[in-house]
Amino acid sequence: MSAPSSTPSSTLADWKLRASQGQGLLIAVAVFLAMFTLYISNHPAGLTVPVATTAANKAVLLALVAMAQTLPVLTGGLDLSVGMVFVMTNSLASTIVSGEPWQVALGIVGVLLAGAAAGFVNGAIVVYGRLQPIITTLATGAVYYGVALLLRPVPGGDVDPDLADFMTYTVFEVVPTSLVLLLAVVVLVWLPFRNSVIGRGCYAVGSSEGAAYMSGVAIGRSRLAAYTLAGLLAGVAGLMLTFVTFSGEASAPIGGTYTLNSIAAVVIGGTSLYGGAGGAIGSIFGAFILRTIDDLLFVFDLPPLWQPLFQGVVLLGAVSLGAARVFRVKNRLELFN
Amino acid sequence: MQAVLKSIDRPVAIAFGFIVVLLLAGSLYSSSFLSANYLLQQLQVAAFLGLVASGVMLVILLGHIDLSIPWLVTVGGMMSTAAAGWWGPEWAIPFGVFCGLVFGIVNGLGVAILRVPSMIFTLGINAVAQGIMVLHTGGFAPQDHATDLMHWLAVERVVLGIPNAVFIWALLGAAIVIMLKRTALGRYIYAIGNKEGATYLSGVNTRLVIIACFAISGMCSALAGVLLAGYSSKGYQAMGDPYLLPAIAAVVLGGTHILGGRGSYLGTVAGVILISLLASILSVMQMPEAGRQIIYGCVIVGMLLVYGRGQKVLG
Repeated sequence: MSAPSSTPSSTLADWKLRASQGQGLLIAVAVFLAMFTLYISNHPAGLTVPVATTAANKAVLLALVAMAQTLPVLTGGLDLSVGMVFVMTNSLASTIVSGEPWQVALGIVGVLLAGAAAGFVNGAIVVYGRLQPIITTLATGAVYYGVALLLRPVPGGDVDPDLADFMTYTVFEVVPTSLVLLLAVVVLVWLPFRNSVIGRGCYAVGSSEGAAYMSGVAIGRSRLAAYTLAGLLAGVAGLMLTFVTFSGEASAPIGGTYTLNSIAAVVIGGTSLYGGAGGAIGSIFGAFILRTIDDLLFVFDLPPLWQPLFQGVVLLGAVSLGAARVFRVKNRLELFN
Repeated sequence: MQAVLKSIDRPVAIAFGFIVVLLLAGSLYSSSFLSANYLLQQLQVAAFLGLVASGVMLVILLGHIDLSIPWLVTVGGMMSTAAAGWWGPEWAIPFGVFCGLVFGIVNGLGVAILRVPSMIFTLGINAVAQGIMVLHTGGFAPQDHATDLMHWLAVERVVLGIPNAVFIWALLGAAIVIMLKRTALGRYIYAIGNKEGATYLSGVNTRLVIIACFAISGMCSALAGVLLAGYSSKGYQAMGDPYLLPAIAAVVLGGTHILGGRGSYLGTVAGVILISLLASILSVMQMPEAGRQIIYGCVIVGMLLVYGRGQKVLG
């Protein structure tokens, strides 16, 4: 579709519409910038390259998992196995991404394929088995955790050290490589997907499955693509975790925490849990916000005992922000949709 | 006879059938699987999951979900033992359950009044409960020993060798069945699960019903925590972590629709026994954890593919 030549007033209306649709994203970006500024201004070293790199490495892991979670959520579903795919690909990467350069390259491809395959299985069960996404991914999550335990019964393993160093340091000694990776995923995977027919289909399915079906949207293929891509992105995150920790660990707590935080990040980033509205960019900033909360607790020297409670209250407050609409609604029936 | 058969729907029948198959398959491995002692032991372990699943079922019938289970179970266990230390052992059980009730009501307020999706709001409450428990343990060094009564309720077998915990589950189950089948509240729960807007327009105070269900769910989790603390003779952090996923799986395997509005308590009982038995048989066979997880997940998907499939989209 080519954009029609627009008069100034329609351009303004267009921008207003886009701003109102991207409200959640804009708020998330603003909150993150405010929090990160607060963090940096209170950090003893200030904004130096090592400080930024450490922050980026931690944040990019959650950002990638949150991006993965965004896709099923957009279709009106959910992926409770995303954390376990993350752990499984981490365990796999700690086994096969080492040795000669060609072995490393092959290993990376293998890890990404494993992630995509896990996502594909989720999607196939949801689409062709017609089971609810929540319960499907709950069950497949257990399976992927079992596979992770098979691959890595005890924590350990190895990864190509040069590649790991490169991925966790900086490009030209300024920009953290992990941020470049994240940008690459956005530009090469997310944006093309969102603008493709299948990607549009994901939004359509999430808005109204029946209407999408009647309009000839390939609802099955869109869903399948969303879950498969989610698995692939979780695989990228698992690979990145291996580079950060230099090892693999089949840990149920890590998987569970990432799954739950990814849902929180998606919601904070302005994507509706009912599907059809939002996007992965918002989720990235949602993830950044969650990570910066931890960093803020560190620089403000909060007593360690109080930290979990503080994190909980902030999380609860952040996800309750959307409740503001309840008090603007004039007809209570609108609440039930 | 036919009326009885008709009242048991297909998922429940299949779940019970699978339980029998599991027992028979187990008895091929070792004849002790069919001994009364083993079966009663399984029921005792299943009772804790049964208490949690009872509350989860009510919330799922509404079309919501309660992800705050893990730390509400822990709240029940830790606050009951702490109350025994502060005010004396007679306060232990009431205070533990009361704390679960408070968190449950907050869950309900967030979901019913603020209309935050239950999935994410209960997740937040779970994090807050965890924070409070960490603060409580570190800051006040509370008592963590279970009282004699808690131990008695969770472990002893007074009547016919049947564990007391099973009686508690049976009592709670009977109360929930009566509520679901014979009271207005029970019918409202099914109605909200089918169409909340229509129920509201019929003059039902839907907010109150939602708050009540989350409150009951919180109390059930806390009660399970109290008994668990009695069973392991102390309350400790993260004691509720292994209960969230099995509870949801048990409810859904028992034929309750995950989007609400349909399901029976008998099904939940079947689901709970099925999950407990599966876990027990795999551990007796000394299956490593990896294999256990894989089989566990495959069984859930496999069984649901048989009877839990959704409708085709037709516009």
